[in-house]
Amino acid sequence: MAKIKKKIKTIKVDADKCNGCRGCEIVCSAFHSIPRYSSNNPARSRIQIIRHPLKDIWLPIFAGEYTPAECMGRDKYIIDGKEYDECTFCRATCPSRDIFKEPDSGLPLKCDMCEDDPPREKPMCVEWCLNEVLTYEEREEEVEESVEMEDVETGLSSMIDKYGMDKIADAITRMSQKG
Amino acid sequence: MRYGEVGYNLEIDLATGNIERVETDPKMLETHLGGLGTSVKLHWDRVPAETQAFDDENMLIFSSGILNATPAFSANRSVVTFMSPESGLLAYPMMGGFWSAELKYSGYDKVIFHNKSPKWVYIWINNDKVEIRDASHLVGRGALETQDLIRRELNQPNAQVAAIGPAGENRCFTASIEQGRSSASRLGGGAVMGDKKIKAVAVRGTGDVNLANGEAFMKEMKDMMQYINFRNANPIKDVMTILSGIGSPQEMVHTDEKWHTENFMWGNARTRRRGFWDENISKEWPKTQLEGIKRLISCFNCPQHCGALISYKETPRYMAKCFGKLTYAMASYVDSMDFAWRTLQRATEYGFDSFSTPQILAFAVELQEAGILTDKDFAGTSTYPACPTDKEGRFLWLMDRVAHREGIGDVLADGVYQAARKIGKGAEAFDHNTIKKHEQLPLKLGTLDPLYYLMYATNEKISITQIEGNWPQGAFATMEQREEFVRDWPQLPDESWKQWLLEWEPRGEKGIPFYPTPDICSEIVDWMEMLHNIDDACCVCAGMSSFCLKPPYHIHNYPKIISAATGLDLDEASLKKIVNRSRNLHRALNNRRGMSRKDEKPPEDHWKRRWPELEENLLSTYYTFKGWDQEGVPTRERLHELDLDYVAEDLEKRGILKNGQD
Repeated sequence: MAKIKKKIKTIKVDADKCNGCRGCEIVCSAFHSIPRYSSNNPARSRIQIIRHPLKDIWLPIFAGEYTPAECMGRDKYIIDGKEYDECTFCRATCPSRDIFKEPDSGLPLKCDMCEDDPPREKPMCVEWCLNEVLTYEEREEEVEESVEMEDVETGLSSMIDKYGMDKIADAITRMSQKG
Repeated sequence: MRYGEVGYNLEIDLATGNIERVETDPKMLETHLGGLGTSVKLHWDRVPAETQAFDDENMLIFSSGILNATPAFSANRSVVTFMSPESGLLAYPMMGGFWSAELKYSGYDKVIFHNKSPKWVYIWINNDKVEIRDASHLVGRGALETQDLIRRELNQPNAQVAAIGPAGENRCFTASIEQGRSSASRLGGGAVMGDKKIKAVAVRGTGDVNLANGEAFMKEMKDMMQYINFRNANPIKDVMTILSGIGSPQEMVHTDEKWHTENFMWGNARTRRRGFWDENISKEWPKTQLEGIKRLISCFNCPQHCGALISYKETPRYMAKCFGKLTYAMASYVDSMDFAWRTLQRATEYGFDSFSTPQILAFAVELQEAGILTDKDFAGTSTYPACPTDKEGRFLWLMDRVAHREGIGDVLADGVYQAARKIGKGAEAFDHNTIKKHEQLPLKLGTLDPLYYLMYATNEKISITQIEGNWPQGAFATMEQREEFVRDWPQLPDESWKQWLLEWEPRGEKGIPFYPTPDICSEIVDWMEMLHNIDDACCVCAGMSSFCLKPPYHIHNYPKIISAATGLDLDEASLKKIVNRSRNLHRALNNRRGMSRKDEKPPEDHWKRRWPELEENLLSTYYTFKGWDQEGVPTRERLHELDLDYVAEDLEKRGILKNGQD
């Protein structure tokens, strides 16, 4: 496959600076609502603050890829004496837990770095965090060209995992016949 | 679709277990906005005037405001309303934290409790699913530990829980409602919750809260973000540190407590200790403070750091904010920050208001020293030991007795005013720091301050920290300082007001008590109060608005923000009219419960130098300015202007408002 240049977008998370306000969650949901900024709901946010105030845990996590199946095992971290719940650092939308799923449909959510036209300077959550917990960085890398799934495909494949290919194909046929 | 507000309330009858989701009248948004505004209206409409705090009829409302759960910075307060066991009036303590946002995401603006439960319960609100659950296993548990126990029991780590501790269970008049780093503390909401046998209200929601014009709303917020960044980088000059920034008093951040410890009174609002912050203390206290602070934290959608996670030595972890850091040490005359951290932990788990409670305990110590309380009041029983003789031990022993209403604690738990009258034998003279039966900040000052006189005397909050705010606390010494302060002050309602500050001198003819004049004082106090009323309808933290100098929220941007959120078309005049309506309804409600001019008196020793004639003039001028008669009751004309004719009729029928008389 050919080599192409790819823009790598990174959000650096300095969790020690987090004051736990969840402003990032709320603006993420506002930005992704349709029409834009029309509604607010942190449960739809693609960034979630994992909060255990008395354990001194305030940890921003971004929604990553959808996965149809759990890992074979789970991980559990203890860092600086703080014990994190199972799979805390994992970004996947996974059957093992509730986060990063649309509250109504259960469909997976994924951080899209607030891609916009024209492009934004930085994602909303980064812009909104006044405590410098989140820093946005970009760089270019040369990578092998590959085909990436788009949002619709990701959503459909999770529906197929849940209901089976036949049912989904039937539903799409029916809907297209209705016009 | 409803905007800003959700449009539904939860009505829970604790006696029958009936739970209803009730759609609210959209007209109420136009006439009373939300938050405190609409809650006052519900209390007026539904609660009989003779209802007392522990009657079945005393409705308890937990309310969000119209900006909670939106990207509005620092809109995170929950306002709790009820007839107070302490003052007998409609109280409205508020808490920050995350509770109100979660309630709105669940699909409700308010939770309204009727009657009493026959057994201990907690309420679990999770979107459409609302349950009254058994809480018998939580009785006796601390207010903070209860929150975690409930989260664990429900397997809902993100549930927000407002809970009471033993003080609330035992109906102590200064019992708070605790929630994470926040609490609704003043005037005994915890006691009313306890009387209704509600141990906690837990909530978790995953629904949407809509904005009428999101793009316009976010534009306002982006402007505000720039201003917040500017203010955080540029503290106000020439004022004490605690007033220089925005947010609630940054008591967890600031370690220099010379001002509080040397200007606030120690004991039962009794002794000013000049020179306390000496070389030794000024090293040791900051060190101990920082040793206890694990992390600085905020409330929902707020960039500030007003709270902290406290992890102090072997003391169980808890969260703290504001002046609670010092109140217990200062009230007990214990010169130790170590004692302060430990005692605040115990008080937080008991669920005590950390302003009133230390004063009650200090009051008891004074009565002991005066021989009014005697050895038998401090004796042990089969269930608890006798009172220790050291200062620390005595204070904690008293706190334990009050929390459990044991022995003398049962009398003290009714607050200083009631306890003084129950104890008698001259104890009344030691009740020298209450207004309307409610303990005030331990401040005793020199010369009468006319602005503060009006705020103390007349505001329904009965707690100065949530009345004052936008106007500087004192005159600047030099003209250069004044010019510097007024140069950049867009928050003022009118440019011409700058002149008042420029002319205001620390002393002399243009100083307190004669300047600002009663007319100017009326304008300023009314303006500050109005801002608090807007905050309380929106449930925006006063720390980012009405309580601080040059705040992000003010009368010029509020109408645009509220209009974009709700779809109402408000300008400054129409917004003022709405909050004035709610404010006058609140006043009328308290008038109906017997409050009048006779009650509007700061403590006699609050200022050393008093001017009785001037004070009467101030009050009369202010009443007239507000459209109230000389008893402090809104006139028929004022009520008519505010579309409150039904209130005028009610007050006239009761003989509180005399038709045609001023």
